[in-house]
Amino acid sequence: MKKTGAQILCESLIREGVEVIFGILGGAVLPIYDTFPQYPQLRHILVRHEQGAAHAADGYARAVHKAGVCIATSGPGATNLVTGIANAYMDSSPMVAITGQVARPFIGKDAFQEADITGITLPITKHNYLVAGAAELAKTIKEAFHIAQTGRPGPVLIDIPRDVQEEKAEFVYPDKVDLPGYKFVSKGHSVQIKRAVKLLKEAARPVIIAGRGIIISQAYDELKELAEKAQIPVINTLLGIGAFPGDHVLNFGMLGMHGLAYANLAVQNADVVIAIGMRFDDRATANTKDFAPQASIIHIDIDPAEIGKNVPIDIPIVGDVKSVLKAMNKEIESRNHLDWLSQLEQWRSEHPSLEIRQNDGLLPQYVIRQISEATRGDAIIVTGVGQNQMWAAQHYIYTKPNSLISSGGLGTMGFELPAAIGAKVGRPEETVWCVAGDGGFQMTIQELATIAQENIAIKIAIINNGYLGMVRQWQELFYQHRYVDTKLWNPDFVQIAEAYDIPGVRVKHREEVIPAIQKAMDYPGPFLIDFIVEPEENVYPMVQPGESLSQILELPKPEVPSKY
Amino acid sequence: MFNTRHTLVALVEDKPGVLNRVASLFRRRDFNIESLAVGRSEQLGLSRMTVVVGGDSAKVEQVRKQLDKLINVVKVTDITGEDIVTRELALIKVKATASTRSEIIQIVDIFRANIVDVASDSLTVEVTGDEDKVNSLLELLRGFGIKEVSRTGRIALTRGAI
Ligand SMILES: Cc1ncc(C[n+]2csc(CCOP(=O)(O)OP(=O)(O)O)c2C)c(N)n1
Ligand SMILES: [Mg+2]
Repeated sequence: MKKTGAQILCESLIREGVEVIFGILGGAVLPIYDTFPQYPQLRHILVRHEQGAAHAADGYARAVHKAGVCIATSGPGATNLVTGIANAYMDSSPMVAITGQVARPFIGKDAFQEADITGITLPITKHNYLVAGAAELAKTIKEAFHIAQTGRPGPVLIDIPRDVQEEKAEFVYPDKVDLPGYKFVSKGHSVQIKRAVKLLKEAARPVIIAGRGIIISQAYDELKELAEKAQIPVINTLLGIGAFPGDHVLNFGMLGMHGLAYANLAVQNADVVIAIGMRFDDRATANTKDFAPQASIIHIDIDPAEIGKNVPIDIPIVGDVKSVLKAMNKEIESRNHLDWLSQLEQWRSEHPSLEIRQNDGLLPQYVIRQISEATRGDAIIVTGVGQNQMWAAQHYIYTKPNSLISSGGLGTMGFELPAAIGAKVGRPEETVWCVAGDGGFQMTIQELATIAQENIAIKIAIINNGYLGMVRQWQELFYQHRYVDTKLWNPDFVQIAEAYDIPGVRVKHREEVIPAIQKAMDYPGPFLIDFIVEPEENVYPMVQPGESLSQILELPKPEVPSKY
Repeated sequence: MFNTRHTLVALVEDKPGVLNRVASLFRRRDFNIESLAVGRSEQLGLSRMTVVVGGDSAKVEQVRKQLDKLINVVKVTDITGEDIVTRELALIKVKATASTRSEIIQIVDIFRANIVDVASDSLTVEVTGDEDKVNSLLELLRGFGIKEVSRTGRIALTRGAI
């Protein structure tokens, strides 16, 4: 039976297992929205800005390991998605973005609300399509989901002209894709795996650097087996948080610009680095010329273009992390590295990067630590960008797999609130905390309405330092305290929340922290806490731009170490 | 890691926008395309593209891998340093008067090029060969006054069996 393009779209989405779509309507997607009532199994969540739709789809995708779907109208609707698409692209998040386009006869005529969205998103999508007719739609959607979700995941955009949505065509959903130019290797090369195993056998000071690839490939058990069997300490990138339990004895935390001192020292003194599902981002490696200077590097990644892109690699293994680790674990021998591990423990005690100093004011690190305690490290944390993000990465003890959702590659302020919505929609049984910056929160603050309308029970912690804090920190350190335009006038966030029918409290003192967090957790719906923290608190440790991972700025030294 | 010219040959799907995707990737990775030629290949629905770029080998290898990731690119190889045949075609419109015409024709003959159009004040020459040959002929004709040049850019295939 013939169906309209809009019906074909909905049927295809259902066949792909889609349950939720985030979006906003407009002229060029009206035929699609008009068919939604025929498909009640597709839940549409109305957001307040298309950027929110894209971030929500991204947060959803990261939480549930399948493509998130967002939809926007042509022109401004489509261009509003761009930041969210770029964000998903940088962090290899699977997404299918659907945009309406002006009807085919109007394309290229600068018609009302026409934007060349396939052209615009060319460098920030894994692939994109402008659908030429309804007959192509099913095949296109099949391909889009396949591309988005396999290999190294990423966003795919499908631009559908309005008249294609209304055009009728025979609906047959293909069960296979035919993409001669799309390939990825899952199984690692056996010779390379043997070489890696041999190198690890001879290693005296090995470290694992765990990246988001482990989470994407859900290779938590395989990573744990490797680390435990060969007794290799595990360091993680920002997005590698949640690849390995935060409370494991072999966990030595995050490396990089704001990595823990002992994590950076471990990498700099290692003789073998095994980098798994990570891409040597400059925030993780610092100056690459002096990155892991004593180490031979094994790099496991599914994307061959990542091998040797930023750092020379001794043993590349292209393949799916899970499959490669499985193969390695079969051959790896039990080892112990007692001297090396005790050296790391010594660095850990000499450089207590997670110690929170005693202070009369309210320290943001303390706030994060209390959220960690209250949730027993078991919540999903979605962060903003800047200082709040770094403190959330450092001071929350992530015990559960895939429990941090953060904008790593693009560093998109405003990601936090909509991404938290997506995460909660994807995993409603989990406690989801949105750790927001007072600056970033205001970039997507309108999504409070989405939360209210859909009763999305996330807990919001604003780390309110009254500054674009991370930028202020750079001005303090590198521009001699000249705080040009980083001070924020802020609205009353609690009143704002109340205006959206979301209860909230303001916390200014240390002793109010625990009760406020408890109140938020006890409340059965969304809740906001505005933490008024020390305005000029800095994130340490810090490796200054251009310097190597060994040059760690640890100031200010803890005055009086507190319990935390 | 020397800065050399690389010849990349890509088999790409013959679909709208593919040329744009390839060109855009070179731009994004900070490459200047020296020449690009594209046309149908021996396989239905696939075109063969020859791209010449300058850059150090590591950078070119990086861009090759990025190209290979494009969904519409079926295969891409850097054939620099391999045993290859390269050709370029150029059309050169050169000023010609009664007194210079025969001299030009002689030069064209030496290069085994062809005259494809004759006008009262010009000759149009068609030449095929590698870039050096095309450049040499252009150099020689320059003295007569060149009115217009159109070059296809390099196309290339590896020699013998694949
Ligand atoms: C969309 C966007 N614009 C600008 C920046 C640059 N930037 C990085 S961190 C930062 C400050 C963030 O302020 P806030 O959200 O209050 O977080 P804080 O660092 O204070 O915790 C800025 C402006 C960015 N990352 N993203
Ligand atoms: Mg701030």
